[in-house]
Formats: sequence, C-alpha cells, structure tokens
Amino acid sequence: MPEKVTLTVNGATVTVAAGTSVAAAIVLSGQSCRTSVSGAPRGPLCGMGICFECRASINGRPHCRSCQILCSQDMEVRTDG
Amino acid sequence: MGDTSAHKFELLVVGGGPAGMAAAASAAERGLRVGIVDDNEKVGGQIWRQGLASSPEPEASDWSKRVMSAGVIFIRGRVFHQAAPDVLLAEDGDSAFKLEYDKLIVATGARERFLPFRGWTIPNVMGAGGLQAMVKSGLPIEGKRVAVAGTGPLLLAVAAYLHKHGAKIPIVCEQASWKHLLQFGIGLMNQPGKIKQALQLKGELAGVPFSPNSWPIAATGTTALESVTISRGGRTETIACDYLACGFHLVPNIELPLLLGCRIHGGYVCVDNLQRTTINNVFCAGEPTGIGGVELALVEGQIAGLGASGRNFEAQKLFRQRESLRRFASRLNRAFSLRPELRNLASPDTIVCRCEDVRYSRLKRYASWRSAKLETRCGMGACQGRICGPATQFLLKWEPESVRPPIFPARVESLTCARTAAAAK
Repeated sequence: MPEKVTLTVNGATVTVAAGTSVAAAIVLSGQSCRTSVSGAPRGPLCGMGICFECRASINGRPHCRSCQILCSQDMEVRTDG
Repeated sequence: MGDTSAHKFELLVVGGGPAGMAAAASAAERGLRVGIVDDNEKVGGQIWRQGLASSPEPEASDWSKRVMSAGVIFIRGRVFHQAAPDVLLAEDGDSAFKLEYDKLIVATGARERFLPFRGWTIPNVMGAGGLQAMVKSGLPIEGKRVAVAGTGPLLLAVAAYLHKHGAKIPIVCEQASWKHLLQFGIGLMNQPGKIKQALQLKGELAGVPFSPNSWPIAATGTTALESVTISRGGRTETIACDYLACGFHLVPNIELPLLLGCRIHGGYVCVDNLQRTTINNVFCAGEPTGIGGVELALVEGQIAGLGASGRNFEAQKLFRQRESLRRFASRLNRAFSLRPELRNLASPDTIVCRCEDVRYSRLKRYASWRSAKLETRCGMGACQGRICGPATQFLLKWEPESVRPPIFPARVESLTCARTAAAAK
C-alpha cells in the first residue's frame, strides 16, 4: 500500500497517497481553487504550471501553483484568500 | 537574500522533456559538464510525466538512465529572466539562483491551445493533457465520466489513458473532418511505426465513441461541471459528465527564446541544420521549433546536444531522420488545423482572458493585442497571456509581440537578485 499523507484544505482534512499534487488534493476535497476577479470559482486547467488557475496559499506562502507542488504531512492549503 | 548562488555549466539545457533529455545526454556523454533546469520534480517533461501508480514507458526510462549515468545535473527551477548574455536567473520555492553557461539549449516544449466557449471556466473543464497530468499526480478518475474534446493526436492518447484507468468516456470529439483524418491516415502508410501506434491506440480505445466533425459549444454547471453540449455533424447534443478534457492541439513555449532575442518566424524559433538559433551559442530543440511530437524532439535534441559538443559529423547522421519526422509533423499539423467555425464558439459574454475575466465583447473593440492589453488588462494577469494569447491569435488574428522580463511571475526578492546579478557581471 502506498504511504498516506494528511493535509488540510481551507481547514478541511484530506488524506491522499504520497506523491499526490496539492491541486489534486484540492479537487479531491471537493473545493475549488482560486476565485476569479469577478467572483467565480476556478479549478485547474493546464495541469503543468502555466495557467496559474490552481494557485493557492500553501503553508502561508501565497500564489503557489498547486499542480507543481506535492502534498506533505500537515500542509495547510488555503484557496479562500 | 540579495546574494544569488550560481551554477556554472559548459552546457545548460532549459527543459527536461524528451528534447532536453536527449540534448543533455548526448552532450554529457561526450564530456561536457551539463545541467538541466526544469520546473518539475523530475525529468520527463509533460509527455513522459510519471504517474503515481504506473511505471514509466521504456523509452522514457532509457533516456532518463542515460541522463543520469552521463552525470547531467538536474536543477529544479523556473527560468524567469536573463541577467547577462550568458546568465539566466531561475527561482524555486524560496530561492533564486544564477545559471551561467557557455552554450544553451532551449527545450521548453509546448502547452495546449485553449479556445474559449461558453462555460469553459467552470471547474473540472480542463485541458486534455491537463487532466491527464492531474490523474498522474493523484486525482482519482475511476468511474468518472470524462468527455474528451478538441483536436490533435493528444486527444486519443489521453482518452486511452483515462479509459485504462477506469474512466467512462462518453465521447471523443475531434473537430477535424473525416476527410482530413483519412488523408492523414493514408499518409501514415509511409510510416509503419506510426501505424503500429495508431492500431495500438485503437485497441486501447475499444468501445469509446470517436466523433470527427465535432466540438464543444458549451459547458454547464454551477460550482463544478455537470454537462457539456457538443456540435456533432451539425446537430447539438448534451452529455452529462464529471470532467471535460479539452485541448486544441499544441502551441510552443517560445517566451525564453523571445527574451533572448532569437529570431522567430510564424510562431516558431528559427534554427539551422545544427539546431542553432540566430543568437550565438543558443540552440533550440523540440516543439519550440515546430510542433512535431516525441520522436522529432528526441532527434532534434540529439542533434543540438551533438552540435553543442562540436560533433557536427555525428549530428549530420541524424539529419535524414529529422527530415522524415518533420514531413510527418507537417502532415499531422495540417490534418488537425483549426476549422474557421471554431471562431464562433465564443459569445460576446464569454471570458477570453481567465486571469482578468476579460470578455470577448470588450476585446473585439481593439485592433491589436497591445492595445487590448493596455485598455482591458487582457493577457496581463499571472499567466502573462500564455492561455489567452494563442486564443486571441486564432479568434482575432492578433500577433503576439515581444516578451518582457520576468517571463514568469517571480518574487520581489528574486527580482532584486536579478538586479544584483546584472550589476555584478
């Protein structure tokens, strides 16, 4: 069995297989990524670090491209500002 | 923080996909001190991105072994600026660093082209390669309904991958016509290897409906995608789905060669026989010189790596193979060229620039990319026009222009380093 990692997305706990990207964990948690300038929810688009739609705050650092970063234990991810 | 650490290489390769791996291995095996800088965890690029559960393709793992055993140094980072003629600046996480080189090979690959249609900004509408990358990095897809749409050979490869991983694929919509696809298919007769690949894909796609002359016209859903409406042979049809994997072939990543001043023609980097650009000591290989796929990227990468090592005679032996792959690529690109009807997909209130939520009706008032950028902020957001640029090029025939550093959003500290590095040089 692959190793598991537990993190939080906007406070909600998510457990994923080690090696999962933060973007995948956000989608798995049933939440969206950023909110657009006119207030609509957005999710990942390109999956390769180009479009910036999946950006989120990770452990307090804003504007991280969550598709390019792997989940780690106790990571705190926020997509709600 | 103002101090910038430096890496020095005889050859620096930007991009660790097939072209970059082939270039780096070829040069390092001939004694050069070579570094690869790439934005991802590992080499492989998008096409050979390794999945969590699956083992890498044999060809990918062969090249990866060659890269490692030749002593190529892998650096994770994203190049955002040029500090001096032979110095690039990159950052990763909290650090910025200099990359100094004698010779440079740009192997920055391609991205998907996205075309705006109603609802394309709803979560779970993703690129075709985009969704595949997400699944490879842990997004569960088993039992999910995924409509696949757009154009290009990537669609079938993605559909086969998702199908194999348990997704239900209600349809694969290909905008190209049967006529174009058949002409292309007949062209394959000269390429037995390609026929084998195509037959293999067909086997993997057993039971998945493939529909040419079809394209998405609207996606609907409130907080996430619920259904997609397609135009199929002149009729519209609505299909319930959890994901829409949608991409319209590929566009090259030419921001770095533009920044370096390399000559670009028709959207691609101009290179000579040895893959040299018009800038001294700068080579380019793979998709930025023309969309051509893995095999062409590997051959161009090897030629560039050999050229950078001064092994021109060895490089020449690969010219014929490159020629044949380039001919194949140009047939492929013709077969999957975009039909003009797709220009009508965006309605006046469709968002074209996703970063700044600029709608199509606002953009149509402007004559050029530059004036639209200044007046509407289209292309001025975080992606710097990487998504809406190719879309407006198709919709409005706007030509992209020069780039300005930083070519990727960078932290203020990194930009300070850029200034220090430039002053020190």
